[in-house]
Amino acid sequence: MATTTPTRGAHGSRPGRRAPKPMTPGRQAWRSRLWRFDDKASPYAYIAPFFLVFGAFGLYPLVYTGWIALHKVEMTGLDQMEWVGWENFSTILQDSEFWTAVTNTFVIGVISTVPQLMVALGLAHLLNYKLRASTFWRTVILTPYATSVASAALVFALVFRADGGLLNWVLGFFGFGETNWVNGHWTSNIAIAVIVIWRWTGYNTLIYLAAMQAVPSDLYEAASLDGASRWQQFRNVTIPALRPTILFTIVISTIGSMQLFGEPLLLEGGTNGAQGGTEHQYETLSIYLYNYGWNLGHLGTAAAVAWAMLVLLLLIAAINWLIGRLGRKTAA
Amino acid sequence: MRITRTVAGRSRRTAFMATTGLTAAALLLTGCGDSGSDSDEADADGNITLTLADFGQFGYKEAKLFEKYHELHPNITVKANTAAEEPVYYTKFLQQLNTGSGLADVQGIEVGRAKELVDTKADAFADLSKVIDTSQWVNWKALQATTDDGKVIGAGTDIGPMSICYRRDLFEQAGLPTDREEVAAKLAGGWEDYLKLGEEYKKKAPKGTFFMDSASAMYNGVVSSGSEQYYAKNGDPIYKESAGVKAGWKLASEAVDKKLTQGLAQFQDPWKAALRQGTMATVACPAWMAAQIATYSGDKYKGKWDIARTPGETAANWGGSFLSVPAKGKHVKEATELVKWLTAPEQQAAVFKAAGLFPSNKGAYDLPDVKTAKLEYFNNAPIGEIYAEEAQIIPAAVLGPKDGVIKDTFSKQINNMEQRGTEPDAAWDAAIKDIDKVVG
Repeated sequence: MATTTPTRGAHGSRPGRRAPKPMTPGRQAWRSRLWRFDDKASPYAYIAPFFLVFGAFGLYPLVYTGWIALHKVEMTGLDQMEWVGWENFSTILQDSEFWTAVTNTFVIGVISTVPQLMVALGLAHLLNYKLRASTFWRTVILTPYATSVASAALVFALVFRADGGLLNWVLGFFGFGETNWVNGHWTSNIAIAVIVIWRWTGYNTLIYLAAMQAVPSDLYEAASLDGASRWQQFRNVTIPALRPTILFTIVISTIGSMQLFGEPLLLEGGTNGAQGGTEHQYETLSIYLYNYGWNLGHLGTAAAVAWAMLVLLLLIAAINWLIGRLGRKTAA
Repeated sequence: MRITRTVAGRSRRTAFMATTGLTAAALLLTGCGDSGSDSDEADADGNITLTLADFGQFGYKEAKLFEKYHELHPNITVKANTAAEEPVYYTKFLQQLNTGSGLADVQGIEVGRAKELVDTKADAFADLSKVIDTSQWVNWKALQATTDDGKVIGAGTDIGPMSICYRRDLFEQAGLPTDREEVAAKLAGGWEDYLKLGEEYKKKAPKGTFFMDSASAMYNGVVSSGSEQYYAKNGDPIYKESAGVKAGWKLASEAVDKKLTQGLAQFQDPWKAALRQGTMATVACPAWMAAQIATYSGDKYKGKWDIARTPGETAANWGGSFLSVPAKGKHVKEATELVKWLTAPEQQAAVFKAAGLFPSNKGAYDLPDVKTAKLEYFNNAPIGEIYAEEAQIIPAAVLGPKDGVIKDTFSKQINNMEQRGTEPDAAWDAAIKDIDKVVG
C-alpha cells in the first residue's frame, strides 16, 4: 500500500475520496475559501492548548508576580496591597544578604556544573565503547537522577554531619581533624555542590551518550585510518560533533543551579535550612526568596527577588549566547 | 523474523492499551473514593475523624487523652499530626490559613504567634469565648488570645512558669549543693547568681560536662521575666532598647565568654543527643521544658534530674500554647467540643501528670494530680507546688505580632557566638539587622 500522504493543496485542490460532484461556482469558491482557512488556521488551533496553558500558568503568574513586586503585601493579609513602587527592589539591592545569596548561587553553580559536565563527558565516552551489559550500566548511571532531592539531601546530610558524620570519620581515619562542613562558607558550598554533582552527572551522561551515538562511525574510521589515537579521536571528532549538545547542557545546568533550592534547604533542615545556615553561609537565591516570603512573610519583597532572579538568568543566558557565538566564529 | 517482531509489537501495544485503560479506570475509582472520604458528611454510622495539628509536645499522647475521648464519644476518632519545629509548623499553618485548605480541625498556636494571629487573622478562627469560660484561666493567659472586641481565638493549654532543671549527680561531683531548696537559695539573687553558680561548677566540673545547654535558653529566661519584652504597651517594637533584652544579651555574652555553655541550639538533634549523653548540668526550665528533658534524656537519668525555683524574686513565663479551631473546618462544632474538653481542668491535670506541662486553667491547681504532684523523673520534685505558686504572680507581659521570630533571631545569634565565635557586637548587629527585616 502506498504510504506517502498526499500533500494538501499541492495540486491546487483537495484529493477527494469520492468522485467530486459537479458544484455551482459560488459554492465551490466558498468551499475553497473554507479549505484555505482550515489550512492556515488549524495548525494554530493544534498548538493553542500549550499556549493557553502557558498563558494561564506561566505568563500570568509571571506578570502578576511583577505587579506584586511593586506592592507591600504581607503573608498575614494577602488581600491588602499597598503600592510602594520600586521600594522592594531597592530594599533587596541594599541588603547584603541578597549579595551573599548571589555569590553563593554563582559559586555553587560553577563548582557543581563544571566538574559535573566534564565527568559526564568522560563517562559517556566510556559507555560508548562496546561493553558487556551496556544497558545495565546505562541504567545504573541514571539512578541518582531518579532519586528524590529529599532522600539524596538527607543521606548527604548524614555524610557531612559534624559529629559522627561518615566523611569526618573517613577523614579522621587518615588523620584529619573534624570539620563542621555545614558551618563553613566554602565547606557548605562544596557539600551542596557534591549533592548536585551526584544527582545530575548521570542525566548529562545519557544526553552526551545519545549525541555521541549520532556521530557517524565513518568519521572515526577515517580518523583511525589517519592514525589518530582514541584520545585524539575524542578531542577532534567527538567534542566538535557534540558542541551543540554541550551548549544545551550548559544552559540547562545554569538554569538548574539558579533554581537550586532543595539541596541547601535540606542539608540542615528546619529553620536553619530555610535561612541558608545560621550565617546565611550557603543561602542561594531561591532560599533567599523562600525566606523572605515564608519566614519573614513579606510577599512583595519576595516577588521582587523572583524578578531579580529572572533578570540575572537572562543576563547569564545572554553571556552564554555571546560565548557560543564567539566559539562558533573561532571554530569557523 | 519480521513477522514475529510485528506480532510481539502488536501484543505489546495491546498490553499497553490494556494497562492504560486499567490505570485510568483505577484512577477514576480512587478519585470517587477520595471525594467520598473527603466530604463533610459523617459516614453511615455517624462516625467522624477529627484532625489535630500541633508541634513539639502537647502531652495528649502521653496522657492517652485521645483514647479516652474516643471512649466517651465512640463516634469520634482524633488523629494528631505533630511537627518537631514550631517555626516550620507556623509557616505552613499561615499558608493553610490563607488558602483555607489543608487545615486540621484543631490547630495549635504558640504564644509567640498569638498576637499576630489575633491582629491579622481573627476572622479565620471560631470564637471560643461562647463555649469556653475563659475566666477559669490565669488572667494573663486569656488576654493573649483575645481580640479587642472580645473574641477568643485560642483556648489556653499549658503555660511556662520558669524554674531551673539541674542534675543532682553532676552537682554533687562538682561539690555543689544538691538539695533543691539550697540550690534555689544560691540563685535567690537572680540570673547573675546563676552565672556565679556556673563558675563554681566549672572549677570542679566532671569531665566532658557543661554548666548549661545554651546561653540562648538563659537569655529567654531573663527576657521572659519582664513585663515589657519586645514591644511597648502602645504597640511599638522596642527590641533595640528594651531593658529585658539588654540584660539578657549581656548575661548571655558573659556566659559564652566564661565558657559555661555547651553551645547547642535547643530542640535540634545535637541538643537532644547531648541530653541523651547527659553532658549538661542545668537547663533554664519552663514547665514544658521538663517534659522535653525527660523525653530526650531517657531512662538512664531518671531520678538524677531535679527542679529548683527560678532565679530571683520575679516570676517568669516562657512560652505556653493554645488550641484553636479554624472557622473553615469541616467539623467546627465537634472540634470546639474537643478543645473545650482537652483544656478543662481534669484533662490539663492529666497532661501535667503525664508530661509535666503546667495547666493554664486555675481549676486544675486544686486537683490532686496538680496540687500534690511530684515528678518522679525529677527526683520527685514537688512541681505542682513550685509552679502553681509562681503561675499566679506572673505579670501579664505585653505581646507583639513578631515575638516568636524576634526571640528565635536573638537565640540564633547567641548560638552563633557560642558555636562560631562571633563577637557579641557583631552578633547583636546581625540580629538587629535580621529583625529590622522581619518587622519592617
